Amino acid sequence: MDELIFFINRVLISGTVLGSIYALGAIGVTLIFGILRFAHFAHGDMMTMGAFVAFLLASVLAAMGIILPLPMAFVVLPLAMAITAFLALGIDKAFYAPLRRQGAKPVTLLIASIGVTLMIQGLVRLLFGSGTRPLFVAGEAKDIFRIDMSWAGGSRPISITEPQVLMFVVTAILVLALHFFLTRSRLGKAMRAMADNADLAQVSGINTALVVRVTWVIAGALACVAGTMLALDVALMPDLAFNIVLPIFAAAIVGGLGHTYGAIVGGFLIAFAETLAVFNWTAILRPLNAVLPEGWSLPANLALVPTEYKLTVAFVILVITLLVRPTGIFKGAST
Amino acid sequence: MSAASTPARGWNTPLRRGLAIFAMVFLLAVVTGISQGSASILLILTQATAYALIALGLNIQWGYGGLFNFAIMGFLMVGGAATVFLSYPVNAEFWHSDGPLLLGRALVAFLIGLGLVWAARQSHRIGLGGKARTALVVIAWFAAYIIYRSQIDPAAAYIESTAGFVGGLGLHPVLGWAFGGLVSAIIAYYVGRICLGLRTDYLAIATIGISEILRALIKNMDWLTRGTMTVSPMPWPTPLPQELQAAGFSIANSFVFARLGFLALAAVILVGAFVLVQRAYGGPWGRMMRAIRDNHIAADSMGKDVTGRQLELFILGSILMGVGGAILATFTQIFDPSGYQPINHTFMIWVMVIVGGAGNNWGAVLGAFLIYIVWIISDPLAQVIFLNLSSLTNSLGWGAIPEIDSRALQMRVFVLGVVISIALRYAPRGLIPEVVRRET
Repeated sequence: MDELIFFINRVLISGTVLGSIYALGAIGVTLIFGILRFAHFAHGDMMTMGAFVAFLLASVLAAMGIILPLPMAFVVLPLAMAITAFLALGIDKAFYAPLRRQGAKPVTLLIASIGVTLMIQGLVRLLFGSGTRPLFVAGEAKDIFRIDMSWAGGSRPISITEPQVLMFVVTAILVLALHFFLTRSRLGKAMRAMADNADLAQVSGINTALVVRVTWVIAGALACVAGTMLALDVALMPDLAFNIVLPIFAAAIVGGLGHTYGAIVGGFLIAFAETLAVFNWTAILRPLNAVLPEGWSLPANLALVPTEYKLTVAFVILVITLLVRPTGIFKGAST
Repeated sequence: MSAASTPARGWNTPLRRGLAIFAMVFLLAVVTGISQGSASILLILTQATAYALIALGLNIQWGYGGLFNFAIMGFLMVGGAATVFLSYPVNAEFWHSDGPLLLGRALVAFLIGLGLVWAARQSHRIGLGGKARTALVVIAWFAAYIIYRSQIDPAAAYIESTAGFVGGLGLHPVLGWAFGGLVSAIIAYYVGRICLGLRTDYLAIATIGISEILRALIKNMDWLTRGTMTVSPMPWPTPLPQELQAAGFSIANSFVFARLGFLALAAVILVGAFVLVQRAYGGPWGRMMRAIRDNHIAADSMGKDVTGRQLELFILGSILMGVGGAILATFTQIFDPSGYQPINHTFMIWVMVIVGGAGNNWGAVLGAFLIYIVWIISDPLAQVIFLNLSSLTNSLGWGAIPEIDSRALQMRVFVLGVVISIALRYAPRGLIPEVVRRET
């Protein structure tokens, strides 16, 4: 039983946490790719930016002496999402829209997004320094829920932290909301139409400029959630999301670029592949030692890949996907 | 130049514009030299020369061929690690231990694994087809991985605990640079074979992934590269400052002359590479490459081997990157895998080529010098600005700005981002754009 609890703690919970963050980021990447046809490399830094916006707002609240039972950064999330969405619109207006008007190729936009990455990174470090800080600004404790498993014969509890629970809930709500938006609302349908065929959408009277704006709002808001949640779970630092932008791209490509549900599946797939690859299988196979013949025993470490190579798992999956099925699991945008 | 055929007056001919911009960069270097001292500007110039070589490599790939390569950092690390292996003094402790034997067994295991995969891939000859063959290949890969890991893990642990790391072969550093180019070429061959069929934006992401894989490998293979413990001091091909001091130079002069010697050698390599690359660009080979870049379908229908040629370009560019990376590692005398960052070692090169002018070798070299000097001097400049701002806020009663040093260092990342945004918007073809010659 303890082995199962260990597995749940190490793989199920941390895989879901990572998967939620990858999925939220990959949705943004995939939406931008579907509508604007370029790989938005600055998405990771948009996540970082969102986390820092939440940090600023939470600090303001804390300075005003407001104490709430939930983490402060979580309480201000709606406002932070709005601000980040606004910033995303501003970035588009300042850096991408002029290039689009010049008729630049997607590759040029990709390079421009690297410029934006560098600017956000530089600014964040300039304003907040390059150190690591907790996102619990008011000194709230990071609550840990321990579910006692003694009724099932386990000696250790299943432990899960408050930000993790919040993250599951928020991700589920956002994904559902996005699903209804895309399938039920006029604007959502317009977005899907434009992702399918931009020219046709324009001739049939869809306001493409509005769709582009909505795309940035959604991508910015989701990036803010993902960044804030990640910072609550780990810590707030300037290269918070820059390091995970590649797994996010891997998730979006594995799921099929331009395909929203694919991005969610891809996010969880990559996250679980990473956690399972570095998981030490001896921990749950240990009871086998009793069955094995005399003199045989399982090695102390039976992980598929050493922990240092955790991030490379995503890239290996990415490269294999690109080679074997470049359109992703679900058929993504082909152009 | 054929540009004379289009009547242009004043400063508007490409040649004169180029000369003017080169003069400005030269002036910038001189001013920096005066304000920072000659030892310091020689340091900047030597590194800029190495970066110019790397930018030339990217220009071959992106400017000539339109190939996206974001794996520059990976190739620089490979070049650095290769030159460590060849030119670092011999580690006698390793060669007298059981290390070589264990490594030999790991090599045998590697070859067995390779054989297994090869055999599985040939299984269609005995009538296995479709899914069965794919499954067999996957199983073979898995088995090969386990066989290799079972031998390399104990070997790595043994070497790390006894001798530290493999050490070098103690050969001349210039040989190490050539070796860096060779290893880069081999890796580029496989990367190109795998990735070059992809669309540009997928290629960009795939190459970033590969560069991260290379970084993870070099950083964690402690038995080969010493990983995060870093290797230093690396020998120089030219006399070191310490050697010059022993020969009677004053300390200040020894640094100037030692760096001057290194700079001369690096400049010779850069000029050699530049002449070759420039000649190739003007010749039939370069014309074919431009034809493929501008319209690969038309080139294909003219009977050009598009994928083969692109692979050629990718390898050629990567060789220059590997050599440049090796020169950088030798010059700084320390190989530190954790010092490699995508911003400093991939994106900065891209900024150099785009700002300088993709497709034009003069532009790439100019961009390398310009951007590197800007990158270096924006740190002290930002410090000055921040110190002034800080005294201003102090006098206003808001208190001083904390951590000025580390913040000023980050200013240059921001500057780089601004430079690339401005360049893309207002000078998308670069400062010295490619001159498209039309034979009339």
